Amino acid sequence: MEASASPRPRGRWRDALEERRFLAPVLISPAVLYIGLLIGAPLGLAIYLSFTDATAGSLTGDWVGLRNYTEEWGSENFRRALRNTILFTLVSQAIVLVGAAILAHWLVKDFRGKWFLRFLILLPWAAPVSLGTIGWLWIFEPTLSVVNWTVVRLQTGPLDALGIDLVDPLDPPQWLGRPNLAMASIIAVHAWRILPFATVIFIAGLASIPAEVDDAAKIDGATGLKKLFYVTLPLQLPIALVALLFGIVFTATDITVVYILTNGGPFNQTQMLTMWAFQTGIRGSSLGAGAAISLYLLPILVFVSIGMLWFARRAEVT
Amino acid sequence: MWARSRQNVFAWLVVGPFAIVLAFPFYWMLMTSLKTNGDLYNVENVPFVFNEAEATPTERLPLKDQEWLPLGVENITTSSYEFIFRDTKYVDWIQNTALLGLVVVLITLALALPAGYALARLSGGWGQSAGVGIFLTYLVPPTLLFLPLSRVVAELGLQDRLWSLILVYPSFTVPFSTWLLMGFFKTIPPELEDAAMIDGASRLMALVRVVFPISLPGILTVVIFSFSLVANEFIYAVTFISTSDARTVSSGVPLELIRGDVYFWQSLMAATLIPSIPLALLYNMFLDRFIAGFTGGAFR
Repeated sequence: MEASASPRPRGRWRDALEERRFLAPVLISPAVLYIGLLIGAPLGLAIYLSFTDATAGSLTGDWVGLRNYTEEWGSENFRRALRNTILFTLVSQAIVLVGAAILAHWLVKDFRGKWFLRFLILLPWAAPVSLGTIGWLWIFEPTLSVVNWTVVRLQTGPLDALGIDLVDPLDPPQWLGRPNLAMASIIAVHAWRILPFATVIFIAGLASIPAEVDDAAKIDGATGLKKLFYVTLPLQLPIALVALLFGIVFTATDITVVYILTNGGPFNQTQMLTMWAFQTGIRGSSLGAGAAISLYLLPILVFVSIGMLWFARRAEVT
Repeated sequence: MWARSRQNVFAWLVVGPFAIVLAFPFYWMLMTSLKTNGDLYNVENVPFVFNEAEATPTERLPLKDQEWLPLGVENITTSSYEFIFRDTKYVDWIQNTALLGLVVVLITLALALPAGYALARLSGGWGQSAGVGIFLTYLVPPTLLFLPLSRVVAELGLQDRLWSLILVYPSFTVPFSTWLLMGFFKTIPPELEDAAMIDGASRLMALVRVVFPISLPGILTVVIFSFSLVANEFIYAVTFISTSDARTVSSGVPLELIRGDVYFWQSLMAATLIPSIPLALLYNMFLDRFIAGFTGGAFR
């Protein structure tokens, strides 16, 4: 519908506001400008800083070329942070995908009490992440809290009876104090946090599969596992990948969980790229080096963005 | 009928265990926040219920004589709640978060409503690409931007002031909200505005008088989810603000209530539980609309 269809006479300014070519940019540009100023500009600034020896207290520094990147690449803590970030992202996302597939499969159906179960399942995602993580900090507390209480009761009860010796009841596991256990704890907490989100995306994907597909599968005699593998899973794959791409970004770039649970400790063993960037850039005041560390995350983001664009294009065609 | 109840049972058998694991930390927060010191620090006690213990002089036991209550509820104390509201800056942090959320939501709506509408209706072929482009900026994480932004905030003299967060938070709420609103507006038939415009309304008037009122559920969804993003944000709040008066809930509780090696677990858990429950309730109420808007954009 063109604006000229309207019978009322107008001034030039008002005519212009009815013109799509003019009105669309006017409505969109404030948002784009804001985003450009607060995401584009800082991103550029981060890239610039990463090539300088800037310290906290100034916005500029001397140009040092790639030195921040190469020095970090050679540092043991950085290497560990990179390895941990990759491990942490892959393992927690694997757990999340399996869990979300199972949960979504049941939550798209109608059953009694669904609203209540859904509320419980969404709690970890809806509650502020820093607060939920403090809850876990307390759960993992070794002497007074529930995990070790249960572990010790299991050991002194059924496990002893079976002759299995997993934990020492007098020295129960220090969940956040031993490197491997601490990594496992961080991964578990992150999986706990992302699982509800992935479930929501999966439900959205399942809900968008038209009912005719179900009927057609039924007519062709596809039921049970056959239907799962040949009908439901292929149709669910795109949305599963969207959930995975989001999950990768949310996990790899998260700092809250590791900040609260271990702060990168013990002895930098659970260091992540984000945490290491914070410690270098804010606590250690090496702004340039910190920016370089966080920019090592950029390849992940570029990869995910390309994936998203691919999906968007695909959705446009179909 | 039988098939239906069998489905109920299976659903509970599969979903139930997940729900227990996912919600357990909140149950444990609630229990802990109401325990007396004598109960909490006695390792012989079963931790999942309340146990009888000698109350310290500061602990009030409001349900002391109600022994018929299950799980030992007669032994609860509300002292930790009284403590965080009376003796910490918790109320300030809640007020800061509410105020911050309100202002950020207003800025977000002012920017994202027109942009979302234009991308859904006016922009033609490049609209979809521009929409995806705006959405992709949501994927640029705060952990990449907090270092340069901390310097910018300092240069602007906004350090330790809520204004720094008011300025920066729309950078992640706007991309997300624009995307959702674009999805919602696409579901509204264009004939509605066309009819209004034939009746003599300008496009902007049609937008304000016709489109926005029908989109109210979608707009409310955006308000809720933007607010929840604001309440969740951690690293900007930690880096930009270092005075306890100006903190938000999500940074104030971990940074101010955890001090040194002595943890006051009861008050800490009370402080984490209080904001979580209303946010989760709101989240649930608007989840179905969120799903509709999210997938309405492009990922179908």
